Amino acid sequence: MSEAAIDTSGMKVTDEVVIEIQHMHKWYGEFHVLKNVNLTVNRGERIVICGPSGSGKSTMIRCINRLEEHQQGHILVDGIELTNDLKNIDAIRREVGMVFQHFNLFPHLTVLENCTLAPIWVRQTPKKDAEEQAMHFLSKVKIPDQAHKYPGQLSGGQQQRVAIARSLCMNPRIMLFDEPTSALDPEMISEVLDTMIELAQEGMTMLCVTHEMGFARKVANRVIFMDGGEIIEQNEPEEFFTNPQSERTKLFLSQILNH
Amino acid sequence: MASMEQTAPQMDLLRLWRDKNARAVIIQILTIAGLFFFTFWIVSNAVTNLETIGKGYSFDFLFEPAGYDINQYLIEYTNRSSHLTAAVVGLLNTLLVAVTGIILATVVGFILGVLRLSKNLLMGKIVYTYIEVVRNVPVLLWILLVHGMLISSLPSPKASVSDGWDFLGVSFLSNRGFYLPQPNPEPAFWATVIAFFLGIAGAVVFRRHARKVQDATGKILPVFWVSVAAILGLPILVFLVTGLPIVWSFPELKGFNFVGGFAIKPEFMALTLALSLYTSSFIAENVRGGILAVSHGQTEAAHALGISNSRTLQLVVIPQALRVIIPPLTSQYLNLTKNSSLAIAVGYMDIVATIGGISLNQTGREMECMTIVLLVYLCFSLLISAFMNWYNKRIKLIER
Ligand SMILES: Nc1ncnc2c1ncn2[C@@H]1O[C@H](COP(=O)(O)OP(=O)(O)OP(=O)(O)O)[C@@H](O)[C@H]1O
Ligand SMILES: [Mg+2]
Repeated sequence: MSEAAIDTSGMKVTDEVVIEIQHMHKWYGEFHVLKNVNLTVNRGERIVICGPSGSGKSTMIRCINRLEEHQQGHILVDGIELTNDLKNIDAIRREVGMVFQHFNLFPHLTVLENCTLAPIWVRQTPKKDAEEQAMHFLSKVKIPDQAHKYPGQLSGGQQQRVAIARSLCMNPRIMLFDEPTSALDPEMISEVLDTMIELAQEGMTMLCVTHEMGFARKVANRVIFMDGGEIIEQNEPEEFFTNPQSERTKLFLSQILNH
Repeated sequence: MASMEQTAPQMDLLRLWRDKNARAVIIQILTIAGLFFFTFWIVSNAVTNLETIGKGYSFDFLFEPAGYDINQYLIEYTNRSSHLTAAVVGLLNTLLVAVTGIILATVVGFILGVLRLSKNLLMGKIVYTYIEVVRNVPVLLWILLVHGMLISSLPSPKASVSDGWDFLGVSFLSNRGFYLPQPNPEPAFWATVIAFFLGIAGAVVFRRHARKVQDATGKILPVFWVSVAAILGLPILVFLVTGLPIVWSFPELKGFNFVGGFAIKPEFMALTLALSLYTSSFIAENVRGGILAVSHGQTEAAHALGISNSRTLQLVVIPQALRVIIPPLTSQYLNLTKNSSLAIAVGYMDIVATIGGISLNQTGREMECMTIVLLVYLCFSLLISAFMNWYNKRIKLIER
């Protein structure tokens, strides 16, 4: 990732609310993982979530596409409330893309088939159109020449970019990232972050769990700090890094910045 | 100079021995030569020894009358038939147990393996206990146990009728076997058989068609239900339309046993049930392992893309699980087939009990009989292996 400033003209936050989390609680058995989480996300926002290990960051964003169930409170995505209604869940998952720490590509399918699987079986797109679209997004993440290889034949950075392309093929309105670069070797991190920056510049609504503070400064319009299952503090990146409010945030920042 | 020339051939040999490819070839040649001489020595030894005690190596006895009865035969057989016919009857009986057992074991094994992973805690525990009990007792004990239970706990044919061990009054469970009505097809029944095969062909064609339609328009056609309708629905319809062209012969009690109908003998039932339950417990573990080997991340990734639960199973989990399940499945099939030779314990007349047992004792032709039995098992095993290897190659994962 270059240190030069990036073009932010395409990043516009509208006042249309796309995600609304109200008084959300979650337990794993006895363990209270998420405590009274409140969060409103507008279209076009780029939010970075950070916090110590085990603070519940993954759990929170996984609640947004219901890979995890919450037990109390409400989550609304695009105005649809997440309940046990399977139809709503599928509808929301179609609109919300997710990128995982360990890529989770399908090893038995080629890169191209990874990208066309969901469009073909969920959106019922004709194969040719799905492949054209997949090639379009694979070009965007700069690996169109790998389309016919299997995931096992790619480097980590390439695999993560395929995973991003695979999500984009469903034309999601929101993208969730759960530590997309933390399983990568240092020299591959920037190629993935560059892809994410490009996405942000096109106005994608993004929630990203990451400890890449350079990325947060450049791209995020809001940084959220979580600890012990709670949102402790949220602010604009400049304010957040230079003038943290709570003691816990200061401690956390001193730890990761000294690292 | 002169001394160097002298050592040259030796050096060459040494170099040849150091070369990786050349060494491999040399070792193979030596091995084959050794094997050849060993086999030759064994065979010539056996032939001379047999000749000294007055026995040649000849299969002429196969065409002499066998002189013993077999209680279950799939082809025409009486005690005046030849030893060869007896061998074929035994071979078919082995084949029947192996094929029925493999089908049953696979179906039960897959169901148990999936249930074992059920989120329902009680179900998981029950299946776990069952699997552990079944697979940790030798299969011979299971065969004897099941046979004993069938023989001693089921009523005699007479009591079966009087005590109501029947199903709808036409099938009877007794210690002489499970008697069912026997279907005797009339000529018009051919139409139903043809309809069945047409149904299969139709299902295959429809599958291809559905693929094409999906590729072209994206529309997903109900392949599963159309296939069911074609393969089952069509023959049933034809059967009804052609006026039920089957005459049933019902089992009836005459004296101490049933006549008419069609009997599944207790020996066959015991052997097949015990073998398939035993093997199914191993298959269940393979299936469980195969499904667990597909990481949870795969399911999550599919779900996150909006792919439904059943499609995730069909498109993501099963294709990956199968490649873990198939190789050990092959050895379970081989085990079941070979274990079927325990048939002799309950008097089921398989290949070992016929040609390898009674025929052998009556004719004294140990070498010949054992050669036949050995070749039969070898052929079965090679066939199973070949088929499974072919299938495994088809679904194999391509990786770096
Ligand atoms: N399936 C589960 N069952 C029980 N506890 C869980 C489960 N998944 C997570 N937890 C616990 O919930 C807490 C929050 O987990 P989470 O994965 O959300 O943390 P995180 O903030 O993403 O941490 P990290 O930075 O290490 O990824 C942790 O204490 C974890 O041990
Ligand atoms: Mg996490």
